[in-house]
Amino acid sequence: MATPASALPASQAGASGRYYRRFDVLDRVMHALLMVTFIGCALTGIPLLVADHAWAQAFARMLGGFQVTMLIHRICAAIMIVVFVGHVVRVFATAARTGKWLEMVWSPNSMVPNLKDLEDIVGHVKWFLGKGPRPRFDRYTYWEKFDYWAVFWGMFIIGGSGLLLWFPFFFSQFLPGWIFNIATVVHGEEALLAVGFIFTIHFFNGHVRPEKFPMDPVIFTGRVSEHEMLDERGSEYDRLVKEGTLQAVETDAPSPGLKALAYAIGIPAVMIGTITVVLIVYSFLF
Amino acid sequence: MKSPACALRPGNPGGRSDAATSEARETMIATRLRAFLFCALLALSLGAAAQQPAKDAAPGPNDGCLMCHGDAGAKAASGKSVAVDAKQFATSVHGSMSLPCAACHTDPGFGQMPHGAVKPAQCDSCHDKAVKDYAATVHGKARSGGNHVAATCASCHGTHDIKKSSEPGSRTHRANLEATCAACHGNEAIIKQANLPGGNVAGMFHDSVHGQAMANKTAAKDAVPTCTGCHGAHDIRAKSDPESRVSRANSPAMCATCHANVKAEWEQSQHGKLRQANVLQAPGCIDCHSTHQIARHSDDKFALGVIDKCGSCHADFAGTYRDTFHGQVTQLGFVQIATCSSCHGAHQVLPKDNPLSKVSAQNRLATCQTCHPKANANFVSFDPHANKHSRERGQLLFFTNKFMEILLLGVFAFFGLHTALWFFRSLKAMRERRGDAPPRS
Repeated sequence: MATPASALPASQAGASGRYYRRFDVLDRVMHALLMVTFIGCALTGIPLLVADHAWAQAFARMLGGFQVTMLIHRICAAIMIVVFVGHVVRVFATAARTGKWLEMVWSPNSMVPNLKDLEDIVGHVKWFLGKGPRPRFDRYTYWEKFDYWAVFWGMFIIGGSGLLLWFPFFFSQFLPGWIFNIATVVHGEEALLAVGFIFTIHFFNGHVRPEKFPMDPVIFTGRVSEHEMLDERGSEYDRLVKEGTLQAVETDAPSPGLKALAYAIGIPAVMIGTITVVLIVYSFLF
Repeated sequence: MKSPACALRPGNPGGRSDAATSEARETMIATRLRAFLFCALLALSLGAAAQQPAKDAAPGPNDGCLMCHGDAGAKAASGKSVAVDAKQFATSVHGSMSLPCAACHTDPGFGQMPHGAVKPAQCDSCHDKAVKDYAATVHGKARSGGNHVAATCASCHGTHDIKKSSEPGSRTHRANLEATCAACHGNEAIIKQANLPGGNVAGMFHDSVHGQAMANKTAAKDAVPTCTGCHGAHDIRAKSDPESRVSRANSPAMCATCHANVKAEWEQSQHGKLRQANVLQAPGCIDCHSTHQIARHSDDKFALGVIDKCGSCHADFAGTYRDTFHGQVTQLGFVQIATCSSCHGAHQVLPKDNPLSKVSAQNRLATCQTCHPKANANFVSFDPHANKHSRERGQLLFFTNKFMEILLLGVFAFFGLHTALWFFRSLKAMRERRGDAPPRS
C-alpha cells in the first residue's frame, strides 16, 4: 500500500474489498459461550428479582420450575467461570510464550486503559456535541475496555457471591452467616447492573447503533472490512501500516454461511436481551 | 272457566282443547268440590286420630284436598302451581304420619270450598321451638326485616317432601346440605340480589378440604363438617353476632369440636395467648386457614397464600422475607422451600426469646437443619429477615446496598447519557454521509 489508506477519501478506501482478522477462533468461541451462558443466567435469575410479576412466574413455570431454573443457572455459571478462567490463563500464557509482558499491560493491543482512552472519551463526547472531529480509535476503544473490565468486575462480584450461595455449607465453616446476606444483595444488584448494561449499553455500542444496526457480525465472523476498519479504527490501521503488519492480518471475506450464522446467533440474542430489559423496566415501574 | 269465584283451575294434561272439554270439566269440578267438602270435615273430625300413622290408608285423610290439588296441573288464579304429589307426600315424614293437610295449612280460609288465596303453611303448630329459634337466626331476622329471599323453613326442609335429616333423601341430610344451602349461597343471582356475605360460599366450601371429602366420599365423609356443622341450623347467626358459633371469638372453640388437639397447641402459642388475654385481633384458626376455602396444609396454594396471611399483620417481616431466596422462590410460585411456618411453626408460633420457640437461639440450628442438614453454627447466623434499607439492623448490609445502588445509578447515568448523545450524533453523521458517499458495503 503506497499511500496510507487513511489519506484516501472513504469511498475509495472502502472499494478495496480487503478484510482483516480482528478476532481469532478462540476469541469468537469464548464470546459465544459467554453470551449463551450470560443469557442463560439472566433468564433464570432475573425472575427471582421480580417474582411478584405474573410474567416472571409464568416464565419460571414454563422452564420447569425453580429446581430446573436453578440447575440451568448453575450450569451456565460454571461454564462462564471456566471460560473466564480460560481467557485469563490464555492472556498470561500468550505473554509468557512471546515474552511480551509489557505489551500485555501497556500497548494498543492491551485491554489496560491508557492515556489515549482518556483523550478518546473527551474527544468522542466533543464529537457528540459537534465540537470536534470524531476520534480515530485504535484496536480497543475505551467503551470496549469498559465492557471488558465490567466482565472482570462482574465475575468477581457475581461469581464470588454466587459461589458463596451455591456452597453455603462449605463457606460457613470459616465465614460468618451475614456474609450470605451480603452475597444475596450483591448478587442480585450486580446482576441487574450486568444484565441492564449488556442488554442496553453494550448492545448499543457494539450492535444496534445506527452504523451497525441491527448487529455487528465481527465478533462471530472475526473479520472486519477495510472500509469499516478505516472508519472505526483508523488509528489501528495507520499503526499496522507503519509497523508493516497489516498484511499479516489480512484475511478472506467472511463466507456467506459464516455471515448467516453470525446473524442467526446475534439477532436472536439482541432480541432476547431487549425483551428482557423491557420486562425488567416494566417490572420495576409497575 | 266461567266462575271467577273458583280459584282452582285444573290443568289440561291430556292436551285436549278447552272448548271440547269445558262442559265435562265443570261437571267434574262440581263433583270434586262436594267430595272435598265431605272429606275435609271428615279429616278435621279425625284430626287427633290421624297423628298416628294409618296402616289402612283408604280412605286417606287428605282425599278431599287431593281431588283438586292432586291434579298435576292444578294452578291458582295467579297461575302458580298448587299441585301436590300425593305419592311423594305419602313418603314424607308428615305423610308417613298420615297428617292431614290442615295440620300445616291452618288458615281458616281452607274451610271454605272453593277457597281463594290463603296464608302459607305454618310449622309452629308442632315445631314451635324450632320456629322460635329460627326467628333469632340471620335468616329469621332478615325475613322480619323485610328481606323476601331469606330462607324460611321450607327453603331448607322442603314442603310436601320433607324427610327426616337422617334419611339420605332429605334436603337436610348431611350429604345434601351443601346443595340445599347452595340454592341461595351458591346462586350468583341471589347472592348479588341479596348481597349475601362471603359471595359463593357454597362453591368455595365444595372445593375446600371439607367439601372435597364429602364430594369424593372419602373415609372422612361422615366426619367432616358440612354447612350446619359450623354454622348450626336453627341457630345460624351472622358472624358479627357475639352468640354466633362462627363469630371471631367463638370460632376456635367451634373448630375444636373436631380439631381439639390443634386448639390445645394454638393456645400455647403467642397467638393463642393473646386471644386468652382478650386481644381479639390475634389470629385464630380462620385467619390462616380461611373459612370456606380451607385447604390441606400440603396444598401449594395454601402454603404460598398463608405467607400473605402472616404478612397481613407482620408486614415488615413478610417484606424482608421477600428479599431472600426463600421469599423469592415462593413468590414465583414454588413451594419446595421455606415459608413462614417452616421456621416459625404453624400452631405453636412463639417469639424467638422464648426457649420453646423454633427460632430461639437454642432451637434455631435444629430448625434450619430440617431443610439444610449440613447447616452449622455460622450458617444459622444468616439473617433470614435482613433489611438492607435499615442502618440500625446492620451497617455492613446497609452500606453495601448503598454502594451497589450508587454504582448502578452512576454507570447507567454516565452510559445512558453517552448512548443518547452518540445515537443522535450517529444519525446526523449518517445523514451527512449519505449525501456525499455510497452506502457502506
